[in-house]
Amino acid sequence: MRPTTFKLSLVVSAIALLAACGSQPPAPEQNPAGVVDGSKTGVGGPTTGATTVTPVAATGIDPTSLAALKDPKSAVFNRSVFFDYDQYAIKDEFKPLVDAHAKLLVKNPGIKMLIQGNADERGSREYNLALGQKRADAVKKALMLLGGQEAQIESVSLGEEKPRCTDQTESCWAQNRRGDMLYSGEF
Amino acid sequence: MRLSYNFSMKFSPLLLAALLLAPLAGRAQLAIEITGAGANRIPIAITDFNGEPGVSRALTSVVRADLERSGLFRLIEPTGLPGGETAAPHAEAKARGADALVGGTVAATADGRYETRFRLHDTQKQAQLGGQAYGHASAQIRATAHRISDYVYEKLTGERGIFSTRVAYVVKSAGRYQLQIADADGDNGQVALSSREPIISPTWSPDGNRLAYVSFEAKKPVIYVHDLGSGRRHVAANFKGSNSAPAWSPDGKRLAVVLTKDGSSQLYTVGADGSGVTRLASSAGIDTEPQFSPDGQWIYFTSDRGGSPQIYRIGASGGDAQRVTFDGGYNVTPRPAPDGKSLAYISRNGGRFQLTIMDLATRQAQVLTDSAKDESPSFAPNGRMILYATEIGGRGVLAAVSADGRVKQKLSVPAADIREPSWSPYVK
Repeated sequence: MRPTTFKLSLVVSAIALLAACGSQPPAPEQNPAGVVDGSKTGVGGPTTGATTVTPVAATGIDPTSLAALKDPKSAVFNRSVFFDYDQYAIKDEFKPLVDAHAKLLVKNPGIKMLIQGNADERGSREYNLALGQKRADAVKKALMLLGGQEAQIESVSLGEEKPRCTDQTESCWAQNRRGDMLYSGEF
Repeated sequence: MRLSYNFSMKFSPLLLAALLLAPLAGRAQLAIEITGAGANRIPIAITDFNGEPGVSRALTSVVRADLERSGLFRLIEPTGLPGGETAAPHAEAKARGADALVGGTVAATADGRYETRFRLHDTQKQAQLGGQAYGHASAQIRATAHRISDYVYEKLTGERGIFSTRVAYVVKSAGRYQLQIADADGDNGQVALSSREPIISPTWSPDGNRLAYVSFEAKKPVIYVHDLGSGRRHVAANFKGSNSAPAWSPDGKRLAVVLTKDGSSQLYTVGADGSGVTRLASSAGIDTEPQFSPDGQWIYFTSDRGGSPQIYRIGASGGDAQRVTFDGGYNVTPRPAPDGKSLAYISRNGGRFQLTIMDLATRQAQVLTDSAKDESPSFAPNGRMILYATEIGGRGVLAAVSADGRVKQKLSVPAADIREPSWSPYVK
């Protein structure tokens, strides 16, 4: 991916992320460790127009460095890939996010990642466990295609058992259909 | 923790009074509401057993509650009828509309135990249908009552009773998960496992002595086999990735399981002791929720290999999968009936997830509920009722419906979510 396209699509993905998260703030105790909700922090800088592009390394922190994980302005600050109902394909809007994390994994071969797949509460618990696994696996496969190493990445499923949001609304369910990328020390 | 059923006010004041005497303090109550009954219920008069009033009341009320809850019996007011094992007021009972009559005696014996005797009568034929005698300790009064209910039920319906069986389920309360076991009437609840992490998919071994389940206590799904008598348990499957959806083979020696060790969720079998893992089927997508047919020939399972989650079956030693469900875009959690003739499962209908039953010979399907979030069906061992989880007012409850859809019950614990029910086999 070329840098200019990358910057633009990052903003697009940040907007999409904010939309996906909805207006309902998640209950803090249900946030898995290290997972940051974009709707609270306004990740990605100004989102009021396609012209106000925030450079990825605006703070001077290398987006492939571990310090970038804690920098709200960084491309790797967001950890969540959201999925459509009953689906486990990564949508285009999340590919830049996965790409940024793949770059960090490549740059830091010693770091480990745990991907936790989740599902919304509707339907069978066991099927949702399998669906969460498929989602985590989809993120893992995408990261490996981009250079992440098998030994670095473990994918597990939490099924519908650890919802970030517990309301019975579509915006809430959308928050729960996701894969979270956690790094060493965060799980 | 003890669970006890509460009946709604339409039941006899006698029964209600007896239930109110049950110890309640500090215990979560599993409340039951009967919302539907069979069309042709057998009218039966159960006279108060002779003996110490407290013991008699405890015993008689359990027999009455059992038979009433089955939905196949209508209790006839017995007040004023002569009671006891030798009394046989056929004409009086018949005049009140009772086709059957039960009378009995519970007597303390010299060694501090009890002897309970009863007889069952046909008031139309004015004939005795049989009777039993049991010696038991005071702690076994309820168990004895369930045996009496089983006897009466079998004599009058021709099918085996399930009143002496148990149920397992998971209670989520205040951030804790408890795997609990209770008698089939909800009483005598005991905690088998308590954890801060989720517990799902408990299922009884065919001998009724063990439970297999999935616990997240190791921060990922791992399958355990838990011996209920000793409280000891062992890991049956803990491979890389997820280990879930255990199902016992009819001989109790193996478990069908779902593992992700080789990629996505796929079907395997493994010895109940954790030995000898064997791949059973192969697909590019999700295969999960395996379940043996009662004859052990087939394994039913859920798969999205055709593009949406549907139920398939495969020979227990492998082979080609056959698709079983075709209607609708979401059919999951197959549970073959004990006679192998029908299949209970969850289907999505217009956004509602509903317990459905299919006649496997005709492939005719019938939605059994009007609820929207049904999950985890489990047949009673006689195939008459199906226990399942659903949601009312945002809270998890258990419900039961007869396989013909007529008899309906709801079971709940205040201020707690209850889910993942599993009905035990017959007690040997």
